[in-house]
Amino acid sequence: MMNWIFCAMVGLSLIFGLLGGRMAEVSSAAVGGASRAVSLSIKLLGAMCLWSGLMEVAQRSHLTEKLSRLMSPLFRLLFRGLSPTSPAARAITMNITANLLGLGNAATPLGIAAMEELEKQNPNPGTASGHMVLFVVLNTASLQLIPTTTAALRLAAGSAAPLEILPAVWFSSLCSVSAALLAAKLFELWGRRRRGMGK
Amino acid sequence: MEWANSISELALPTVVAFIALWGLCHRVPVFDAFLEGAAGGVKTTLRVLPALVGLMTAVEMFSASGALDVLTWALKPLADLMNFPAEVIPLTLLRPVSGSGALVIFENILNACGPDSFAGRVASVLQGSTETTFYTIAIYYGAVKVSRTRHTLPAAAVGDLTGFLLSALAVRLFFG
Repeated sequence: MMNWIFCAMVGLSLIFGLLGGRMAEVSSAAVGGASRAVSLSIKLLGAMCLWSGLMEVAQRSHLTEKLSRLMSPLFRLLFRGLSPTSPAARAITMNITANLLGLGNAATPLGIAAMEELEKQNPNPGTASGHMVLFVVLNTASLQLIPTTTAALRLAAGSAAPLEILPAVWFSSLCSVSAALLAAKLFELWGRRRRGMGK
Repeated sequence: MEWANSISELALPTVVAFIALWGLCHRVPVFDAFLEGAAGGVKTTLRVLPALVGLMTAVEMFSASGALDVLTWALKPLADLMNFPAEVIPLTLLRPVSGSGALVIFENILNACGPDSFAGRVASVLQGSTETTFYTIAIYYGAVKVSRTRHTLPAAAVGDLTGFLLSALAVRLFFG
């Protein structure tokens, strides 16, 4: 997919640049873009290091496991029928904790492990089970409590209070996660009813 | 809002101090562990650099050619209808697809409108409260070779749309 998007953007830039007579601008943008990517990385480097360092401390002191255990009531509500002590459940809670803390690198392998466990229990291999859909949908919503990258870029752009957006972010995240999960549950029910009528 | 301000000022220092002290209480060599993790952060940043170079070039060319203006202009009526700032439209298009691409557009919006402007704040909230939906779906189902994803995409899209619309609403709500 990224192959298409990249080519479409570059191709359209050429066409629009020719039509609008803005080739000089497009050409200098092509030169400047690459070096701006480097300066963007440098702006992010500090926040990335700080956060990765803190998260290493959190993991070694088993803080992440502790947080996972705190979440088990919520887990039972969402993934009904899945034993809370199963390996799938463990991987799911660890994945959610990693997402909450903004540990993208840890969250993905844990999430894939969870998907593998769920596929083992899947009555129709190759077709997503209800638990799988719910779990993937949860991961497509942002759960991160402190959006450090966003804050770092706001600071670099000269914001007076880079973290002032936090309450608004939490509000928006909470609503969109709830909406996505509700939609997943509703579509599931709807699909089941339709299949029931077909019999 | 006064309480919202104090929460956002408190959050980061509290989390940093809490993690450090928690580590100390559990006999973790806090600073050594920190250094090891921080070194990992450097590696991660370097790993995304090639993607950033490619996408930054494409996005810069795209906006310099005027194509981005045309796209934004075409979607402006829809955005106006929902009280959504037109400047943030490009971010909603790339956010579900590419994390690096979204970062590039996000930085452009911050520089063009200012981080503390309405559009800058909406972009920040949107960037902080949504994920790279399509990429996540592709990776997770790809890993277990599940091809029939059923209602995953529609449900995730409901979440994304809610996030887009609510980021504008949340900024109005919290910043008046």
